[in-house]
Amino acid sequence: MIPELGQFSLILAFCLSILLGVMPLAGAATGNRLWMSMGRPLGAGLFVFLGICLFILGHAFVTDDFSVRVVAAQSNTLLPMQYKVTALWGGHEGSFLLWTFMLSGWILAVGMFSKSMPVEFVARVLGVLGLLSASYILFMLATSNPFDRMVPVPPADGADLNTALQDIGFILHPPTLYMGYVGYSVVFAFAIAALLSGRLDAAWARWSRPWANVAWAILTIGIALGSWWAYYELGWGGWWAWDPVENPPLITWLFGTALIHSLAVTEKRRVFKSWTVLLAILAFAGSLLGTFITRSGLLTSVHAFASDPSRGVFILAILGVFVGGALLLYAIRAPLIKSEFGFGSLSREIFLLSNNVILVVAAASVFLGTLFPMFYQALTGDLISIGPPYFNIIFVPLMILLVILLGIGPISRWKKTSGDYLKQQLGKVAMASLLLGVALPLIVLLDISIPATIAVALAVWIVLGIGRDLLAKTANKPSRREGLRSLTYGYYGMQGAHFGVAVMLVGVALTSYFSSERSVLLQTGDTVELGGYEFLFAGSERVAGPNYNADRATVLVTRDGDGDAVADLYPELRVYLASGTPSTEMAIDPSLWRDLFVTPGEIRDNGAWTMTVYVKPFVRWIWLGAIIMALSATIAATDRRYRKLARVRKQAEETAGEKVGQGELQPVPGGGT
Amino acid sequence: MNKFIFYAPIAAFLVLAIVLWRGLYLDPTELPSVLIDKPMPTFAMATLEGEPVGNVDLPDSIFLLNVWGSYCLPCLVEHPTFMRLSEEGEFPVVGVNYRDRQPLALDWLDLNGDPFAYSILDEDGRFGIDLGVYGAPETFLVDSDGVIRYRHVGVLEENVWREVFLPAIAELRGAPAAPASR
Repeated sequence: MIPELGQFSLILAFCLSILLGVMPLAGAATGNRLWMSMGRPLGAGLFVFLGICLFILGHAFVTDDFSVRVVAAQSNTLLPMQYKVTALWGGHEGSFLLWTFMLSGWILAVGMFSKSMPVEFVARVLGVLGLLSASYILFMLATSNPFDRMVPVPPADGADLNTALQDIGFILHPPTLYMGYVGYSVVFAFAIAALLSGRLDAAWARWSRPWANVAWAILTIGIALGSWWAYYELGWGGWWAWDPVENPPLITWLFGTALIHSLAVTEKRRVFKSWTVLLAILAFAGSLLGTFITRSGLLTSVHAFASDPSRGVFILAILGVFVGGALLLYAIRAPLIKSEFGFGSLSREIFLLSNNVILVVAAASVFLGTLFPMFYQALTGDLISIGPPYFNIIFVPLMILLVILLGIGPISRWKKTSGDYLKQQLGKVAMASLLLGVALPLIVLLDISIPATIAVALAVWIVLGIGRDLLAKTANKPSRREGLRSLTYGYYGMQGAHFGVAVMLVGVALTSYFSSERSVLLQTGDTVELGGYEFLFAGSERVAGPNYNADRATVLVTRDGDGDAVADLYPELRVYLASGTPSTEMAIDPSLWRDLFVTPGEIRDNGAWTMTVYVKPFVRWIWLGAIIMALSATIAATDRRYRKLARVRKQAEETAGEKVGQGELQPVPGGGT
Repeated sequence: MNKFIFYAPIAAFLVLAIVLWRGLYLDPTELPSVLIDKPMPTFAMATLEGEPVGNVDLPDSIFLLNVWGSYCLPCLVEHPTFMRLSEEGEFPVVGVNYRDRQPLALDWLDLNGDPFAYSILDEDGRFGIDLGVYGAPETFLVDSDGVIRYRHVGVLEENVWREVFLPAIAELRGAPAAPASR
């Protein structure tokens, strides 16, 4: 009975989303304030009913209700409680419900934090998001209902959650990734609202920026979590594989990164407007395409654990209606947009434009590389594959170029910068970067490699450039402390994110070029030496987990030479009881400077184990960099000027009374920045 | 500026949508190779041991080209088949060590036994691209003229050998005069 309540609640949510998709938009078109004002309560209602759906489905998982088809397919009585809850998004239907619920969460947030915007604009944003929710819920009701029952006879026990998904990484990665993905729906809705109203101005850019930042921050964390999970769960110590399902989040992220920068130009200088709006649409298209690829089984990959072609057609229809519709609207409205100011050929605008061109070319290359095998098959019927060499050849030079510009951009000035000024500011920084690029890897790792040198030099270039800019920005203030305090959150967010890029760059380069690994056959008592460490296989034992049996090896790691104990590692070979699936659990000793990593292979008849041991220097810096970027973007999103805008708006409302909210009032341009 | 430029995104999107729609009806599990009935791609690579190797070094008889990697668990499953074939010696097996690390690959052969006449080292997967490889394991059947005749994706167990490869080989021997080009 309870799952039927979930079904009922889903249908109610569908009705609410239809109303949300129709009333505020119709209100905004006809000037009907009552209809426009229905957006917020309808959004809240949608959130509540989708929340009920999610809760009921979660309840079915927790109580082992195997009459519900998805529970029977993805759970098992033996599954530990935390995985019963997360098994909810272990399959297609539950994932989609979670996705839609998150969209309603964003709708609620837009309703709450949009008090400073004109009612008409908010109505359009909420209306677009309502239409999007309606299409998702219709998709669930039509092709992938999470509340489907197994009739007439439910199985006695469930088939179990894919063992690779029984892991902390799976608890964290999908919800975060979805949350970031869905955030781009909000940015998209802002763009569509602006196109509909025909008022694509600096105010629109300012309203969009905090949302674009937050969505970007969450997506960054989502991708980093996926990379971290792949690193330790898939067992070969890789952190990025250019997998067809890894790529769409990256495409979205690249568009999103371009968008953040382009929005800054549009807000501050009122140029690039039509370009910025196109980026907002493209970032959203990337997120939908990611769903499409994962959910349709279009591309074979490790991620395709849930796929069905008929669903693909439906998602493609959603993609066609929203992205196609948006691009059509763009084609009609964009020619009317005029840039208000010009800029010189050497200016911050130019550097940000170059940033955008590079990021968009990178996104397009990843996109083509991901879909090319399918294009090729569609046209010729033959199959080919495109591997990491293609992506690396294109991506790496683009990123090098991007990072070089990244050092110059923040120091350059709007409108016009003199070349001499840049030379004076950055000359020494460039020299120091080259020197340190050669010296640092030598000192830290006693090793040399040209790619690593280039990467470290670029990282130093970023960091010293930030330092130089901080000095310049605080030079005219009475004291450094006061100078630092006078800088905005927006500025600190930008520089922090750039610092994160430097940290990630170091991690990527050093881990790629200085990792070492060996595969060995070890009897109890045998040792293997690698990268200055000694790994001793001290024996193994049988252990019983909650839903698996395992052989657990004990590997003692000591430092070569002095014999100091470094870590005890316990890799396991598991067999899950419900499915009989074997699974290898690697053991890692993480640290800021290096990871020690043991992957068990198999146990031979004589009790010897095959194992692969890895030493991976600086690998943590990759994810540390992502965390720094995400935090910085969040800091930038809390910049005072977005809140100040809210205050200005409120005052205006108090004095102007009735008239406000019709959308005639423009927020004070500039907002004091 | 020409206002039609703003229609470029929608035009590109429409093309993409049509291809995606067609893509849905393609079966990704059915993997023909671009190279079926075509000669082996030209290559000049190195073996795992560092010896140079090229097309002239390929066996003159019918042989198997097996794509493998030390990271690849299914490769361990089909490994006994190749060990048996290499002991019997009728069909040489050439390995392609695909997207692996050389030290790990050598360790793997030490641990499990080496059924390969030699393994072509393809650390970054470029040769795999020429061959149209999707991932390890894959096995190609190549005839005595160096023409690829069959491609098997996935594990090559004994029953696959009996039911797919032996008949294919028999057919090749029955009609050996097929033209090598095209």
